[in-house]
Amino acid sequence: MEPLSWSEIILRILGQFTPVWIALIVTFVVSILYKRRLGLYGKLFDSTIGMIGFALVMFWVFTGVFGGLFNLIITHDVLDQVSGMKNKVPGTPLPSPEDGVYEYYLLGGDNLARDVFSRMVKGAWEVIKIAPFATLFAFMVGITLGLPAGYYGGKLDTFLSFLANLILAFPVILLFYLLVTPEIVATGIPVYMAGVLFIFPIVFLVILYNSRFYTQPAKRNLYIAITLVIGLWLYLGIAWDADPLGLISFPPNLLVVFVSVVFVNSPTVFRIVRGLTLDIKTRDYVAAAQTRGEGPWYIMLWEILPNARGPLIVDFCLRIGYTTILLGTLGFFGLGLSPESPDWGSTINEGRKLLTIYLHPALPPAFALLTLVLGLNLLADGLREESLRD
Amino acid sequence: MGLFILRRLGVMLLTALCLTFIVFFLTNLFPNLEKLAKTEGNFRMSDEAVISYLTREGHMQPLPVKYGQWLGVVPGFTFETDDGITGQCFDGALTAEQVAEQRRYCGILQGDWGFSTRFKDEVGPIIGERLSLTGILMFWVMLLMVPSALILGVLAGMREGSRTDRALSTVAITTTATPEYVSGVVLIAVFASSAVGLRWFKGTATGAMENPTFENFFLPVLTIALYGMGYIARMTRASMAEVMTAQYIRTARLKGVSFPNIVMKHALRNALIAPFTVIMLQFPWLLNGVVIVETLFNYKGFGWTLVEAASNNDIELLLGVSVVSVFVVLITQLISDIGYVYLNPRISVS
Amino acid sequence: MATWEYDGPILEIDKLSISFFTRLREIPAVMDFSVKVQPGEAVGLVGESGCGKSTVALGVMQDLGKNGRIVGGSIKFKGRDLGEMSDDELRTIRGSQIAMIYQEPMASLNPAMKIAKQLMEVPMIHEGLDEKAAYQRALEVVTDVKLPDPERILKSYPHQLSGGQQQRIVIAMALMSKPSLLILDEPTTALDVTVEAAVVELVKDLGKKYGTSMLFISHNLGLVLETCDRICVMYSGEAVERGSIEDVFDEMQHPYTQALFRSIPLPGADKNARPLVAIPGNFPLPHERPPGCNFGPRCDYFEAGRCDAGDIPMFDVPGNDRHATRCLRFQEIDWHAPIEAAAQHDKTEPGQVVLKMENLKKYYEVAANALFGGDKKVVKANETLSFEARESETLAIVGESGCGKSTFAKVLMGLETATDGQILLDNRNIESTPIENRDTKTVADVQMVFQNPFDTLNPSMTVGRQIIRALEIFGVGETEEERRERMLQLLDLVKLPREFADRMPRQLSGGQKQRVGIARAFAGDARIVVADEPVSALDVSVQAAVTDLLMEIQREQKTTLLFISHDLSIVRYLSDRVMVMYLGHVVELGTTEQVFAPPYHPYTEALLSAVPIADTHVEKQHIVLDGDIPSAMNPPPGCPFQTRCRWKSEVPGGLCEKEVPPVRQLGDGHQVKCHLSDEQLARMEPVIKIAAE
Repeated sequence: MEPLSWSEIILRILGQFTPVWIALIVTFVVSILYKRRLGLYGKLFDSTIGMIGFALVMFWVFTGVFGGLFNLIITHDVLDQVSGMKNKVPGTPLPSPEDGVYEYYLLGGDNLARDVFSRMVKGAWEVIKIAPFATLFAFMVGITLGLPAGYYGGKLDTFLSFLANLILAFPVILLFYLLVTPEIVATGIPVYMAGVLFIFPIVFLVILYNSRFYTQPAKRNLYIAITLVIGLWLYLGIAWDADPLGLISFPPNLLVVFVSVVFVNSPTVFRIVRGLTLDIKTRDYVAAAQTRGEGPWYIMLWEILPNARGPLIVDFCLRIGYTTILLGTLGFFGLGLSPESPDWGSTINEGRKLLTIYLHPALPPAFALLTLVLGLNLLADGLREESLRD
Repeated sequence: MGLFILRRLGVMLLTALCLTFIVFFLTNLFPNLEKLAKTEGNFRMSDEAVISYLTREGHMQPLPVKYGQWLGVVPGFTFETDDGITGQCFDGALTAEQVAEQRRYCGILQGDWGFSTRFKDEVGPIIGERLSLTGILMFWVMLLMVPSALILGVLAGMREGSRTDRALSTVAITTTATPEYVSGVVLIAVFASSAVGLRWFKGTATGAMENPTFENFFLPVLTIALYGMGYIARMTRASMAEVMTAQYIRTARLKGVSFPNIVMKHALRNALIAPFTVIMLQFPWLLNGVVIVETLFNYKGFGWTLVEAASNNDIELLLGVSVVSVFVVLITQLISDIGYVYLNPRISVS
Repeated sequence: MATWEYDGPILEIDKLSISFFTRLREIPAVMDFSVKVQPGEAVGLVGESGCGKSTVALGVMQDLGKNGRIVGGSIKFKGRDLGEMSDDELRTIRGSQIAMIYQEPMASLNPAMKIAKQLMEVPMIHEGLDEKAAYQRALEVVTDVKLPDPERILKSYPHQLSGGQQQRIVIAMALMSKPSLLILDEPTTALDVTVEAAVVELVKDLGKKYGTSMLFISHNLGLVLETCDRICVMYSGEAVERGSIEDVFDEMQHPYTQALFRSIPLPGADKNARPLVAIPGNFPLPHERPPGCNFGPRCDYFEAGRCDAGDIPMFDVPGNDRHATRCLRFQEIDWHAPIEAAAQHDKTEPGQVVLKMENLKKYYEVAANALFGGDKKVVKANETLSFEARESETLAIVGESGCGKSTFAKVLMGLETATDGQILLDNRNIESTPIENRDTKTVADVQMVFQNPFDTLNPSMTVGRQIIRALEIFGVGETEEERRERMLQLLDLVKLPREFADRMPRQLSGGQKQRVGIARAFAGDARIVVADEPVSALDVSVQAAVTDLLMEIQREQKTTLLFISHDLSIVRYLSDRVMVMYLGHVVELGTTEQVFAPPYHPYTEALLSAVPIADTHVEKQHIVLDGDIPSAMNPPPGCPFQTRCRWKSEVPGGLCEKEVPPVRQLGDGHQVKCHLSDEQLARMEPVIKIAAE
């Protein structure tokens, strides 16, 4: 068979992404139709930059979900090595394809003769399944500590700010090298850190419900019981790998990566939340809540936090992008993730070794990462612009 | 002002102590030591042999004691063997009388940074040499990054929403979205690979260690500078845009000051206060970039040393590297604080 | 320099229309607006917020921003159309011929530039002076604006000066090139009353000295009366009445002007006998203006089919000099008809004592320097406060910034605990019980209404939810339904439609938000309500409505109202007793009649003189205080007021500088903290006299 020309490659790739296009079109049509009823999310569709960003982000989210979970877009298994395909250029046909196997390596083969295109698609899933959640956990930690630091001030603030600055003064790479090496994993330190960090969401939710509903004990007890049962079950499963039902477990190397990313991000979130709290706590509605005898946690979680949501949402988008970059860095240095992992950082690292001769293994994941982070940045910009309007 | 700096220095020292202790703790965990013993001895060492090796080298002492010895505030470790006394502060086995003549303290405070197992050399000189290489790199990065970022930001921010602003902001956003390992790969692919064929620059900077030229040094410098530049430019733009809507700018405009003068005389100083802190706080991130770029371009500077030390379990070298990087970060923070006070007249210096 | 010979009006605005363009629509901000400013004349532009008065000023400066555009009419400065000038020509006029002064002095000075440089820039640009000459000029003008130690001031940065000094610098900057026209946009709103009085005085004097014409923009009718020759009243983007001060104040020819005057508390008004008349309805949004007369829907004289038929032009009022009105029916209306009596009320008698303060003290320890630490300083925010408040009584607490009124409120609410002394609520001590230790009843009994309507409600919770939350906390109602019902009743109480329960605060106007704030305060049937300047951030016409609402609820619920304010007009109108505070000290306490009549404390006297009154029949004694209010961090020794007191020289032996005066009883509960002898106090003359009509 003849190798594909560049236009054929592009057409075929576009074709492979069909499910993503359909999902994107549906999302956009529905969102634009109802944009007036969707609050800040709807307003996003008034801003060109925001829409471009959103489209880029959703492209990779759908790619990750369809390709990673349902094996839809990919053409080959990410670990399959086909002899004779080592470092072959994009569009090279397989030498002797079996029935039902896709005939081409659309973006060529890497130095282990694996399909670059499929690895890139799978790499999206590696990011999508970690980055948003790691960022969310970092926000939970940052919010739970930042609110009291800003609200109470004083010694608590001094102490927590010192801790945050301590972590921030640490060069990130050094921290990764210290936390993610197999020797440290063997000591169990990351698990203890997970034990500490993952308790924050549960604490956060319990305080949230208690402060709101303590005047109605029945309702409060119900909400807190649900939170505790589900939360502790997940907590035991994820952090300690001790799910009594045996349903949930978390791959240990992934846990390490997750924990270190949360750990690195939390202090910055802490500082943002603390700053916002310092600003909002001088408002009269906070004073009004104080003068009717509300508890401090109600004021922090229900009076201050909702009104800090604008900057926090914007930062959340930016931070997912940053987390993506961090994950890439980890992959680039071969830390934490398994060597065959198709994540973008590892792939770039493998590809760069022969970069001056073969471009194709390194460039696709590089562009993928670039477009996703760019999308998140544009999305954040769009959100910021729209939330500042009116 | 003096008191302020003194207090800052105090906090800084405390931070440095905490951080080095954390690093010390993490690098001196038992699995690390066990690996050290096995790489120094042999990989089939029995557990007892490992323990006896570690005891002989003083690694089995309590952590605070070891930390004190490493710092140089606790007398160096000694161990009595059949041949005599071996110790941290001297070579070989000596008699008790000879030991008494040796210095007792030999931590980093005495300038004794330990011995690198990876390079088989004293840590101090290694770090000094590597640091100066990275210093050259950083010098050029700063020279390229800071002025271009500020110009970009000021140009974009002085007329918010204009076409210039949109174009420059897009550039800035794109560069912040491109981590060094992506931009480096792309730059090498475009300008240094045989596949594209431009071959304007060299894809490796190994030669630049002896003889930095435009050809072998520009790509690494550009790669680090790009990522930081976008961020600083966006900060400057935001700050500039905010200042340009301030009432005192309107006052100046309605005083009849011309637009260039408004930007130069009235807006600039106010607009640079915020980015100044940002530039200084960029240092921890720049260090990141340095590590990536030095690995990518095979430039054997400080970042490369960090990777080598960390991946080869070279405990003392890693400790030395950590101390230096922590201090670099803290000193830039101190400069940023002092500079902020100096730039911003609203903070009175009493 | 751009000067040319011209002897017509300095500024001639003719049928000016300005619109702002947003993504959705064009929003007209100013429509068909005309005004003339003659040489040496001061014209006041008055209206409520959003009426377009500041837009006019920016239009004159040709500085409307990206979205604003002049869509009709012309602005002529000395006969030349500003709209047709090039940017370069405009630049030579700005600062040299037309200068502008803004509301926020701190914001309008460059924080990173020394005062001298900011001042010298003006003549250096416009007259090409060298640095030395420019410095001399700066020194001259700074001396002219009566700043002490001009050389030191020139060397400082803006943040090193007080608010009053900053505003004087802004004025100096405007006068650097001796402009022909000075535009002042609410120049004193951010300042304290006594400082404001001095700045107004200065502007008046300098206007005469330099022969400058002035366009004075303000929401305060009294201030315009004191400073201007002519006045132009604006409503919803249009000029509704224009004329000389006397004509407009005494022979108003537009229903809006009349309604405005009836809604402000002039000296004759009284909450029981002659209550204020609020203007019904709300200010129309710019894109929802009614057809025909903009004021139509709120007007008592509205005639359907005529007033809403089409655009209404300005009519000249015959017999008066350049007096015009935008009312079709101005010749039919009987302008002298007495006010239709709003419901009058009998004076309610105060009941037993509910709240008693005895020698309350509150000291704070603060670091001398926020950033660098340093020695701790003790700030005496409240010094031996003693008073009683009875049921159904309104006690006004009057004072300027730093007088300790907010601290007092905090201590009473339990947000802070007292340093010394006691607070008795129904004879129970609460001075050292912080709010978290108070029982629900006590907390519900003492509630507060806040100053800033835009800040008083949580922006991300519906109005109803916020009131229900207060009910939950105060333990009102057993079920969610009961509380909802009670919340709706509270909305009725503050005269808000029940649909508002499901609205977000951003959908409400300032006055409506303030009503929700009041409803929230009364959720637990509060017996003592601390109202911290509840109406000072509202527009004049809304102020009256909110004030009356408070009075009405007070009458029904027999509430004790502690009304904190700096506005003596409103205090005179609604309070039974008045407490005047200065730098943490109570300097005078008595019934309203006692405090507003001699003998006064010297500070009360100055305060009374400083408050502008929008009545041409009022004659005021002219007392201008020197300097600024001292910082509470660094109070003067002896009597707190001695640095600015004009009676100080009458006390022998420099006693004022040495000792804090004792509290003197002047009979009938009237007390004064002053060293002046009884004879001297007796010699004091009334500050305000109402001339016979």
